[in-house]
Amino acid sequence: MEMQTTLGQPNVVSILFFFLFTLTTLYITYLAAKRTKTASEYYAAGRSITGFQNGLALAGDYMSAASFLGIAGLVALKGYDGLIYSIGFLVGWPIVMFLIAEQLRNLGKYTFADVVAYRLKQKPIRIASSFGSLATVLLYLIAQMVGAGSLIKLLFGLPYDLAVVLVGTIMIIYVLFGGMIATTWVQIIKACLLLGGATLLAILTLVKFGFSFNELFGFINEKYGEKRLLPGGLVANPWDAISLGIALMFGTAGLPHILMRFYTVPDAKEARKSVFYATGFIGYFYILTFIIGFGAAAIVGENLIKSIEKGGNMAAPLLAEAVGGTIFLGFIAAVAFATILAVVAGLTLAGAGALSHDLYTNVIKKGRATEEEQVKVARLATLILGILAIFLGIAFKGQNVAFMVGLAFAIAASANFPSLILSIFWKKISTSGVVAGILTGVTLSVVLIILSPTVWVDIFKNPAPIFPWKNPALISMPASFIMAILVSLLTPEKEAQEKFEEEKVRTYLGVGIE
Amino acid sequence: MKEVLSSPKFQTLISQKNKVAFGLTFIQMLIYYGFIYFLAFKKDFLAIKITGSIPLGIPLGISVIIFSWLLTGVYTLWANSVYDRLVEEIKRKIEKH
Repeated sequence: MEMQTTLGQPNVVSILFFFLFTLTTLYITYLAAKRTKTASEYYAAGRSITGFQNGLALAGDYMSAASFLGIAGLVALKGYDGLIYSIGFLVGWPIVMFLIAEQLRNLGKYTFADVVAYRLKQKPIRIASSFGSLATVLLYLIAQMVGAGSLIKLLFGLPYDLAVVLVGTIMIIYVLFGGMIATTWVQIIKACLLLGGATLLAILTLVKFGFSFNELFGFINEKYGEKRLLPGGLVANPWDAISLGIALMFGTAGLPHILMRFYTVPDAKEARKSVFYATGFIGYFYILTFIIGFGAAAIVGENLIKSIEKGGNMAAPLLAEAVGGTIFLGFIAAVAFATILAVVAGLTLAGAGALSHDLYTNVIKKGRATEEEQVKVARLATLILGILAIFLGIAFKGQNVAFMVGLAFAIAASANFPSLILSIFWKKISTSGVVAGILTGVTLSVVLIILSPTVWVDIFKNPAPIFPWKNPALISMPASFIMAILVSLLTPEKEAQEKFEEEKVRTYLGVGIE
Repeated sequence: MKEVLSSPKFQTLISQKNKVAFGLTFIQMLIYYGFIYFLAFKKDFLAIKITGSIPLGIPLGISVIIFSWLLTGVYTLWANSVYDRLVEEIKRKIEKH
């Protein structure tokens, strides 16, 4: 007999958890708002977050509902390929630590453009960098909002538009009033709930198999055949896999909302510690989703998972119901909701940073804006972006937005990452070089994604793609580096080269950090 | 400031840090792209059963996650002890001047 589910019907427990979470986080926002007066408090929580707290918050920013529900679903329906995907999302973190985190903390203030613009000409760099930031943030935000609308519809039975407006409104309240302090604590609470919920779900699953992986995988073997436990279609073309791997690995090191978090800790040492904790939490979480996905395939069964939603997104909630009843389903559904809220809050704050700190304060006001004015403009930017996110979420309703996260990572890897690395490590980088690199990275990413199977075939319904790989990073990232290097060599900037030595004192010793 | 910049101690600090950072980056890339190489070309190897029903691919994949995390631990240990001490020494020298 097939299992029955109450998923998608209003569930008293999930509504209760939802109200508890929302009230707690709004109270935190209220407390945070009282402590948020300066720009440093608004963007960087007054640099008061510890390495451990920031590690949790980074994990909260990165573990989206897409990675919880989506990867568990991918494992449930495709097996091993889901693990390959989550590994890709993890391996960028050590790169963030080795090459970016400390340098960013030592050289910058609120956004990653601070680092890129350190020895170069403010205006062109700020405009180009915020172009890269905003493109990344907006694409990621659209994907999250559209995902939020459809997930909440499935989880709670709320209409799509109402779900998008609800998520957008609560998120705007967090960021608008509580700035980075509230956003950080929302991330920390969400990360604890998600890690705790996923741990419990994995344990309850393993109980059914006497805590024996051999038994769990043996069951999968019998039910679905041993192909489930082996790599399948995801790595059909090795070049495609490497290109996706480059986008995930180096894209992580170029995500504005992740980079911004390194300014919330007091110094480079705490920045470094926070990546260690974050990588541990995220890695642990992906191992859990692997168990949860296989657990769902074994206990719930792929037929029921597919009948609720063909992408498999409901595998984890269905498993929760199967092993823990309606109460646990309610809890997991509320956790998924908290996850969505926290991620969009982090994205909106990063986007607002690019608009207000990079464009308004440093381009329009040429760095001469009072604290009060900076906070006011940051709040205005938050409001604009939040409303835009709601509007875009509704506009893209029912559209295939799967390519958008891939594109966001491709742009982050091909525009933001090269400009950061070259400005930190290469003496001869020039303003025109950075601008050329960013433009090359963004343009190539967008054009190649349009010509790729994900858009050209899946969305435009053409029979064959013009560009063969699903992700362009293997072309667009090296192209961006080469362009930036060539143009820098052709337009040497004496002043920037002279400042490189002085910059080193700050990069390596942290002397004079903000 | 000029003195710090040209001091051999500061130069060693920079080259040591870059060696560790880029060295570990290289190891991390080797681990990940090595894994993709197995996925693409050595599927049979990943299918070898280690116990009853578990193929080698599963512990191998999980180890990529664990090793990546351990590498961040190695770096943190090195930086917290060796690197930070050198930084403190050089900073103290600057303050004396």
